[in-house]
Amino acid sequence: METLGRAFADALGLLWGLDAALLETVGLTLRVTLVALTIALVLGIPIGAAIGLARHLPGRWLLVPLIYTGMGLPPVTVGLFTYLLLSNQGPLGGLGWLFTPAGMIVAQTIIAFPLVVGLTMAAVQGVDPNLPIQMLSLGATRRQVATVTLLEARVGVTAAVVAAYGAIISEVGAVMLVGGNIEGETRVLTTAIVLETRKGNFALALALGIILLALAFLTNFAFHRLQVHQGVR
Amino acid sequence: MRTPITLFIVVMLLAASCAGQSSDGEDVLRLATTTSTNDSGLLDFLLPAFEAENNARVDVVAVGTGQAIALGEAGDADVILIHARAREEAFVAEGHGTARSDVMYNDFIVVGPAGDPASVAGTGHASDALAAIAAAEATFASRGDDSGTHSKELSLWEAAGVTATPASDWYKSLGQGMGSTLIYANETGAYALTDRGTFLAQSESLPNLQVMVGGASIDENADPALLNPYGVIPVNPDKGGIDSELADAFVAWLTSIETQEMIEAFGVDAFGQPLFYPDSEEWRAR
Amino acid sequence: MTSAYELTDIRHSYGDRCVVDIPTLSVRSGEILGLVGPSGAGKSTLLRLLNFLETPTTGSIAYAGAEIDGDVSLATRRDVTTVFQRPMLLRRSVAANVRIGLNLRGVETKDRSTERWLDRLGLTDLADAPARTLSAGEAQRVAFARALVVEPSVLLLDEPTGNLDPYNVGLLEEIVRSDSAERGTTVVVVTHDVFQARRLADRTGLMVSGRMIELAETRAFFSTPQRPETAAFVRGDLLM
Repeated sequence: METLGRAFADALGLLWGLDAALLETVGLTLRVTLVALTIALVLGIPIGAAIGLARHLPGRWLLVPLIYTGMGLPPVTVGLFTYLLLSNQGPLGGLGWLFTPAGMIVAQTIIAFPLVVGLTMAAVQGVDPNLPIQMLSLGATRRQVATVTLLEARVGVTAAVVAAYGAIISEVGAVMLVGGNIEGETRVLTTAIVLETRKGNFALALALGIILLALAFLTNFAFHRLQVHQGVR
Repeated sequence: MRTPITLFIVVMLLAASCAGQSSDGEDVLRLATTTSTNDSGLLDFLLPAFEAENNARVDVVAVGTGQAIALGEAGDADVILIHARAREEAFVAEGHGTARSDVMYNDFIVVGPAGDPASVAGTGHASDALAAIAAAEATFASRGDDSGTHSKELSLWEAAGVTATPASDWYKSLGQGMGSTLIYANETGAYALTDRGTFLAQSESLPNLQVMVGGASIDENADPALLNPYGVIPVNPDKGGIDSELADAFVAWLTSIETQEMIEAFGVDAFGQPLFYPDSEEWRAR
Repeated sequence: MTSAYELTDIRHSYGDRCVVDIPTLSVRSGEILGLVGPSGAGKSTLLRLLNFLETPTTGSIAYAGAEIDGDVSLATRRDVTTVFQRPMLLRRSVAANVRIGLNLRGVETKDRSTERWLDRLGLTDLADAPARTLSAGEAQRVAFARALVVEPSVLLLDEPTGNLDPYNVGLLEEIVRSDSAERGTTVVVVTHDVFQARRLADRTGLMVSGRMIELAETRAFFSTPQRPETAAFVRGDLLM
């Protein structure tokens, strides 16, 4: 109980004092997560929508379970895979992305991507099957049918964004492996929490956890405002 | 609505009462130690003898030195085994532990890339090597996690008269365990301070790293500052929930000649040298 | 008088089942053609051929004098709109739903024309309401508005007032009548309501089991049916 109380006090103190190291860590956390999220959305939403809309898709019997499995990938396994990919002995070692934010972004994109694809696909499939017929009879091209369907599914698509964001901002295994938790370079909130816990600074670790939650909450609050603005409760 | 709450409380009480006992009626000893000690494999090698003799199970929690101490302070462990002398003595002085006993020691070495940009290979004293590394601004990977190894590293920088912080680009503070730090050093061609045991155990996956300071075995280590003694401390039973009888039995067993001989034998087959050197009071008196 | 559609030797099948079998059918430009008949007669399928959602298995269709060969051009498709029995409205405001056809065509949303149609269908007060909250009657009025705001040459109606109250039925029939009169829109209305056909259509056709049994000027169709099936149907007897 005392630790919890101290944790809240510490969290407020750090934020109030605009602790430089903390700001740097928060900044990097947001940068890595938001870049990875953006890439996953730009790639994942069209692909998810296409799979959801496609009437005849050879291999759907295999593809969909693969996507569902991808949604539950253990982050640390993704981290290991990315590590091996980017390591000097690995195929992409020449990029020099290991132990840099770039590598962390790669790992987090891999984690977020199946979530976006799977949830967008499900959202699109949940749209009334009569919609394409109706839109076609109103003079829509095939591409317009896809766009309108995607917009109709925007509640589910926003949920995909929220889910992917939540998964990667709280992820620690992959960014620890691929980033290396290097102070001032690749230390994000989650890896910092692990470190402070290892050092026995439980109150500080909790404080960082509270800050991480606050960060997640603020962004999700913004997402929801966006949904309400679009006419969703 | 009372029934679910009652059920919950009953289940929790049952769980709590089982805490000190495993389902076979064994006693459970909670041992908090460091990741490097656990990673070496020594405990896997030794503990079965203790468990058989005492019809007990040892639950090893391997964490950073700081966290191991914190577990002891909170009474979440029955006995701690760490290698940070000053902090061990403080632990006892502050009343968290009953008494500190010597167990064994090993040594630290400085490892680095074959290319050796700072030209430190074969230097006798680690602090001299660190000074050279700082001067050459060669990449150095630090554990940065308040561990025993990290504390030793900081004391060596101090002896070298260098302030090493992440502000200098060549100094990387990882905040990770020994294994991960060595992997990083191997991958990026950095220098690092490591305990010899972890380095030997992992050497096959560290092809780019070589011993720079400390020689091929502890006998050849010319730097007394690189000595790494381990201490075992039973947690003060005043904290409640401590199995002090078992903890004391553990300490007695760990420092006994028989166990100390096992410690001396560990690793010789695999690496041609022991990873740890027995050093209990009993051993020294034999 | 030009014809909107000329159907020749149309046989449309799903697998082995032939659902539409019409040797010849001419839909006159500007007329209101009513199609009646029992369920499963192929009326809705015929409509799907007329709005180019499906291509006939065999036979040819000429639209506005030009034979449809393979893919229908987008311009042609956009000349024909359909109102179905259940309006599929989007999760947007009523006004946005009415505008959708204009949006799809890339037309600068002429708010005036949207407003005009909202007004004609008594939807002005509901313009900003979420379309999903409307009653059945209101929703179908939105469907009509959105179909007509794009000013199609052909309006196809598939049981458009099937489950609506008399007020809405009357309102929508009036809209169809006046639009056809004003713009010369060709209308094909499939309906179960014999009386609706009688009220609206210039010509009425009876379809049974995929075939056009009789097609005549509405007055003649109802007062002096030529075929026994027509007589039975007009009387209200069920036809299998």
